[in-house]
Amino acid sequence: MREALLLTEHLTMQFGGVVAVDDLNIKIPTGEITALIGPNGAGKTTAFNVITGGYQPTCGRVIFDGQIIAENHPRSKMKKIYSGTYTEPSTQTVVHTPDQITRLGMARTFQNIRLFKDLSVFENVLIAKHCHIKASLFGSTFRLNRAEERAMRAESEALLDRVGLLSSANEKSSSLPYGKQRRLEIARALATGPRLLLLDEPAAGMNPKETDELSAFIVEIKEAFGLTIFLIEHHMNLVMDISDSIYVLDYGKTIAYGTPAEIQNNERVIQAYLGVDES
Amino acid sequence: MSMTTILQHCLTGISLGGAYALIAIGYTLVYGILRLINFAHGDIFMMAGYFMIFSLASFPWPAAILITLVVTTVMGIAIERIAYKPLREAPRMSIMISAIGVSYLLQNLSTYLFTAIPRGYPEIPFLKRIFRVGDLSASFVTVLTPLLTIVLVVILMTLIGRTKTGMAMRAVSKDFETAKLMGININAIVSVTFAIGSFLAAVGSILYFTDRMSVTPFSGTLPGLKCFVAAVFGGIGNIPGAVVGGFFIGIVETLLVALGYSTFSDAFTFLLLIVMLLVKPTGLFGEKSVEKV
Amino acid sequence: MKKKISKPTIYSLGALALFVAFLYWLDANRLTQGMVISVLQKGAILALVATSMNLLNGFTGLFSLGQAGFMSIGAYTTAILIIPVKNLDGVYYMNGVHPAIKALRVVMAQAPPFMQTIFPFVALLLGATIAALVALVVGLAVLRLKSDYLAIATLGLSEIVRSIFSSPQFDQITNGSYGLNKIPNFPPMFFGLIPSLITPFIITGVCVAFIVLLINSSYGRAFKAIREDEIAAEAMGISLYKHKEMSFVISSFFSAIAGGMLAMYMRSIEAKTFSITLTYDILLIVVIGGIGSVTGSVVSAFLVTAAKEWWLRFFDQPLSLFGFEVPLFRTGFRMVIFSILLMIVVLIYRKGLFGTNEFSWTWLTSKKARRKP
Repeated sequence: MREALLLTEHLTMQFGGVVAVDDLNIKIPTGEITALIGPNGAGKTTAFNVITGGYQPTCGRVIFDGQIIAENHPRSKMKKIYSGTYTEPSTQTVVHTPDQITRLGMARTFQNIRLFKDLSVFENVLIAKHCHIKASLFGSTFRLNRAEERAMRAESEALLDRVGLLSSANEKSSSLPYGKQRRLEIARALATGPRLLLLDEPAAGMNPKETDELSAFIVEIKEAFGLTIFLIEHHMNLVMDISDSIYVLDYGKTIAYGTPAEIQNNERVIQAYLGVDES
Repeated sequence: MSMTTILQHCLTGISLGGAYALIAIGYTLVYGILRLINFAHGDIFMMAGYFMIFSLASFPWPAAILITLVVTTVMGIAIERIAYKPLREAPRMSIMISAIGVSYLLQNLSTYLFTAIPRGYPEIPFLKRIFRVGDLSASFVTVLTPLLTIVLVVILMTLIGRTKTGMAMRAVSKDFETAKLMGININAIVSVTFAIGSFLAAVGSILYFTDRMSVTPFSGTLPGLKCFVAAVFGGIGNIPGAVVGGFFIGIVETLLVALGYSTFSDAFTFLLLIVMLLVKPTGLFGEKSVEKV
Repeated sequence: MKKKISKPTIYSLGALALFVAFLYWLDANRLTQGMVISVLQKGAILALVATSMNLLNGFTGLFSLGQAGFMSIGAYTTAILIIPVKNLDGVYYMNGVHPAIKALRVVMAQAPPFMQTIFPFVALLLGATIAALVALVVGLAVLRLKSDYLAIATLGLSEIVRSIFSSPQFDQITNGSYGLNKIPNFPPMFFGLIPSLITPFIITGVCVAFIVLLINSSYGRAFKAIREDEIAAEAMGISLYKHKEMSFVISSFFSAIAGGMLAMYMRSIEAKTFSITLTYDILLIVVIGGIGSVTGSVVSAFLVTAAKEWWLRFFDQPLSLFGFEVPLFRTGFRMVIFSILLMIVVLIYRKGLFGTNEFSWTWLTSKKARRKP
């Protein structure tokens, strides 16, 4: 097995009495596509939010590229509720804000598209380039970074060209058709220069044809940018087509892990999706 | 400072706090339902002061009080219908700007109609009767304010807890969109909320100005902001919280003035606000909510 | 390589030249054109505050109502440093001036004349720097707050500043509730080449130009991203805290410069000058001009000032037509009309004059073209 780019250890997220993510241990191997599936409310998006720094985990650890990006030591009160066996006597709490994590090389898209609606398609991508800017506020204001600015613009243009949105570069992003908005969101995430890309239901609301195009697109950008991809998705065709391995969550717990073929034949997964046959 | 003086100041503080509490409820109710800081609320309170002055000039006091309460309540509902309702779907900043605009309009309108010169607030004889207990002396209004506040709050809590309208109000404040889908008449509920808020502001206004003798077009601004702070302090959306906040700010402010820091009493209120927002943004009794990504 | 000058640039330069010529004409006729000068100068000062408020509210999406507080920091600092030494004792006749201020001012008075001409500008910059430092510290705390809480916290902050300035404990510095007067008017610039009348326009011009450059830079784009969607901006690697703080500090810096100019314009200030009403006035300018448009703020600052102080004055005078006394027209009516106009903008023309667009010549000509049948 290849080296893991992202690791979570006993990752637990609890909101009051609800354990949304319960003792999640995943390994995302470098250069592969890993999927996270499960019924609605299984805790998939919460897992994404904890990994990308949106929430501080109640317990557990997230390691990205060998670096701990989030860690929390469980308080005794929490231990009783979650099912893990996290015994390491760590008192260390590490928190990275989402922007720091992005700058480390992990980018994401959102389930309910979050573009900068009033800005143009081009600006959406250009803004994502800002996170690696070298010029200071004054340097940038007085245009002392002309070379850098020119490079940022050229790269954004190239990226838009690559994803096929260059022709609508000057349109307002909210005026794009739905499928292109999804694509733009991915392009914007790519503009931050990630090694790991997290896609939260990229095919939501797409018809089969669009979904197929998206599958091809994901594989294409993975090869082109040397990415590792971690995605949440409900369209099983897409997941089974492109994933190298799959994690299945239900009620916050990991109920299965394996290759697409293994998951398709897994009893527990079928039960979780279809319910238990009482007769 | 002798014990008597301290007690005397406390009494004044409790009385001021009672008036603040009544105004703070208006803020908390409106914020609970519309997520709007009603910047015009302090000016509604000020307008109620003028209504009282003019109605008392031509009517006996019970009628004058009734007129003031009714006119202020109607004004509160009208403001919501005209200035806030059209903006309900607009970004939150627009409706807040509209509230500031209404506040600006009310101040300028009252400056125009009544001039900026302070107008004497009429005395209602029975409210100003002086009581003496030992060395302490207090006018009837000082004693009445906190008691009336408590009674009104109990009535309000019962209304919200027991009646159908109250249940609808709670539903709307929990989840505006879902409440709408459940067939609750949102417009009616919002109007009721503004009616209650303005009514209580009118009561607060009568109690507050009776103690202060004069009204100017700008008398509502600072008390208004302080009462908003009281509402935040107690946990916005929470009625008992607003009452506790109102009393707390009223008492501390009076004590600061008594100690000779009158110019800092306003600063204190806002410092309290900033500290509270940083330490416990949900206020003393507020519920915690997690923002969904 | 020779750059071709585009038509719009020529138009802009032409308009600018005309405006400068007009200012010089005003300077030559300053005795008869008092109203125009006064309106334009106040308009220029308010244009700067409005633009800096717009940087926060319109471009970074931070609804802040603390402008008056930062203006007062600039105004008081400037005033304390430029009231002529010979007038100091007269200004502080009630409580006396703080010995440290007196000593500093005496030293400053002994500086060579060349330095003396620079001091007013140094005072403006110092006031702005203090305001920026206050903003930096306060921002650490309040910028974590969400929209309306931030509004009320910054409003509170401005009230705190005001009560500190008017408190008896600082009588020897701020002269408490008496305020400061005998503040000299605007200084001339470049050894008198630019008459004092024009100075505020130059200062505002330079500051607004800086803000415009900033807005169009990479950092400005990051501000806009935060305005559009904080969560997405953060996910794109933009540090919310850092960028909000930048915007807040810069906005406060320029508000304080405008505050210092206001002190020079009004010649006397008191804590009451910087009450909540002032912040509201500025907010109204921003709203009328269009939240998110710099040209909107600038144009609206001049229009609103002219309307309030000049064009709508007649509403405040009793008016009789054909021997009939027209009712309604008396003191205060102007502001009522003004507030109603504002409510109309807020409720019906929500985008203001410019919306989020900026003025451009092509926009003007295309509009004209559309009007023709």
